[in-house]
Amino acid sequence: MNIHEHQAKALLKTYGVPVSNGVAIFNKDEAKAAAEKLGGPLWVVKSQIHAGGRGKGRFKELGSDADGGVRLARSIDEVVADVEQMLGNTLVTKQTGPEGKQVNRLYIEDGADIEAELYLSILVDRETGRVAFVASTEGGMDIEAVAEETPEKIHTFAINPTTGVTAQDVENLCDAFELSGEARVDGANLFPILYKAFVEKDMSLLEVNPLIVMKDNHLKVLDAKMSFDGNALFRHPDIAELRDLSEEDEKEIEASKHDLAYIALDGTIGCMVNGAGLAMSTMDIIKLYGEEPANFLDVGGGATAEKVTAAFKIITSDPNVKGILVNIFGGIMRCDVIAQGVLQAVKEVGLKVPLVVRLEGTKVAEGQKLINDSDLDVISADDLDDAAQKIVAAVRG
Amino acid sequence: MSILVNKDTKVLVQGLTGKTGTFHTEQALAYFNTQMVGGTHPKKGGTNWTSSLDGTQLPIFTTVAQGKEQTGANATVVYVPPAGAAAAIIEAIEADIELIVCITEGVPVLDMVKVKERLERSNSRLLGPNCPGVLTPEECKIGIMPGSIFSKGSVGIVSRSGTLTYEAVFQTTNEGLGQSTAVGIGGDPVKGTEFIDMLELFLADDETKSIVMIGEIGGSAEEDAAQFIKDEAKKGRSKPMAGFIAGLTAPPGRTMGHAGAVISGGKGGAEDKIEAMQSAGIRMSKSPAKIGKTLVEELNK
Repeated sequence: MNIHEHQAKALLKTYGVPVSNGVAIFNKDEAKAAAEKLGGPLWVVKSQIHAGGRGKGRFKELGSDADGGVRLARSIDEVVADVEQMLGNTLVTKQTGPEGKQVNRLYIEDGADIEAELYLSILVDRETGRVAFVASTEGGMDIEAVAEETPEKIHTFAINPTTGVTAQDVENLCDAFELSGEARVDGANLFPILYKAFVEKDMSLLEVNPLIVMKDNHLKVLDAKMSFDGNALFRHPDIAELRDLSEEDEKEIEASKHDLAYIALDGTIGCMVNGAGLAMSTMDIIKLYGEEPANFLDVGGGATAEKVTAAFKIITSDPNVKGILVNIFGGIMRCDVIAQGVLQAVKEVGLKVPLVVRLEGTKVAEGQKLINDSDLDVISADDLDDAAQKIVAAVRG
Repeated sequence: MSILVNKDTKVLVQGLTGKTGTFHTEQALAYFNTQMVGGTHPKKGGTNWTSSLDGTQLPIFTTVAQGKEQTGANATVVYVPPAGAAAAIIEAIEADIELIVCITEGVPVLDMVKVKERLERSNSRLLGPNCPGVLTPEECKIGIMPGSIFSKGSVGIVSRSGTLTYEAVFQTTNEGLGQSTAVGIGGDPVKGTEFIDMLELFLADDETKSIVMIGEIGGSAEEDAAQFIKDEAKKGRSKPMAGFIAGLTAPPGRTMGHAGAVISGGKGGAEDKIEAMQSAGIRMSKSPAKIGKTLVEELNK
């Protein structure tokens, strides 16, 4: 789960992390009061969306000549003018895709005197199985480009979970960032508390880009991107409350209510599969036969007929879907349960597009009998290959 | 021979008294009498568990250490819910259990970071979490794989995905090859066992004549495995291999069901993995429906 920059900074502030003062606003008429409260003389007006590249991003409604999604303002009037232009409009960045994201909130912050911009992130390094810091002196820009062009400027330090951030880790990080004097002292305070926040709140990513060295040689967190491990949210109700549903696809929200792993895609063939690997492979085989999947959907291992019905409804609510492929290899999942769910769903919502069903594994005979005995126009398939060819043929008419 | 488990493996169930643990323990007992020797529950020690299928009874112990001492168990399977799964694994590590198989899906990643550190200072091997388990045909079934699709044979199967393991098992059964052992290592980013560990065991196992390896997008475990296969081949150790990678059509930045299946920072894409495995001499199937046939082509070349 992702949260907004202003929420991430508020959280970091409770840990004593140096961040600028700022005010989040949701309405244009809040702009003036927010700017006055901060006092200036320099303000930064930042779009709050769950995507990076905001500064270089452009608003769809304003044309390519207008300023981007992060703006500097030198007077209260400028703040108000920027807010007028930004709030409610659609920001397109490298990470949003061409459709962009509507900016429903802005964060107005005190400006800072920047001497140097650094890159810091904390993540779980799957190769070592440990939490790791990624550090680079090349902050403020696209870190993936830095990794591509100058990989020697990116340093990774894995942290031992039993010791936490050691004095040696701090030294290594300070060296990697080329810090000296006060900035080194700040770093010795900052790095362990960032790690503490990461571990205590079960984050999966904390990216500070940039971490700045100010003109007075002190450190400040200028931006913060935070993601949390969805599997650990049960022990962080405070974090779960920060979820912004307006950032998510409606079908994905509905799916998450039923504990279904669903991701909307652009194609025409709706897929319902058990198991993440098989669900991805089902998308792949559809593509192999020349069509595109409309979604990723894993109904999971222990799905009930109700869950299958919900999944079916979500798939059919997508107007792009021209055909549906159900592919189940029952292990824990019983094929008769899947069949019941599909039949129930069709009864409730009707069937306006071709439906191909492939069942294999636990209770396959019972499942197939249920499908065959119904008067529904379901196309049965013998195996995955057969199923993919049949659904592709069906959507092509 | 086989790898990891055989007819002598004695299995304790952590989380036996729950619905999932009960169902799969019944299935395991029904599969060629897998030696399920008992279960653990912190408050129900001293009671018995009863199978709803045939009335078989198994003793419940308070701790894994007690269960091991009383039954001689050398493996455990964990069906404990996510919040308690890491503690259950650590308990098994501290009882010095040889093989721990964690089926639980949704274990917090940072819990696994702690488990992994503890595991590195132990003699235990952990499969999973979020894995379907391990099965040696006609000998031992630990976990949730459907026994009916297996047949005794010569293919070693290792996979990050549960249901794709079933596909590979089903297809190699249909091709008449059968399996020596099938292992699901799980789809989480931090886990107990990686491909290389299993490939090493399959290469060393006489009964395994060929290997199927199924990977997916995310991380670089497949690339590491491909390098391992190359290095071993230089030493003269190799077996015919077929492979498949799931997620060729997955968009970057979206987690595809498994917490580990995400293309991030331009890394972990399917194409790089396919290329790495191909360059190690593994015959790659383009279609998840042709894994068995691809292996047969490799065997007949």
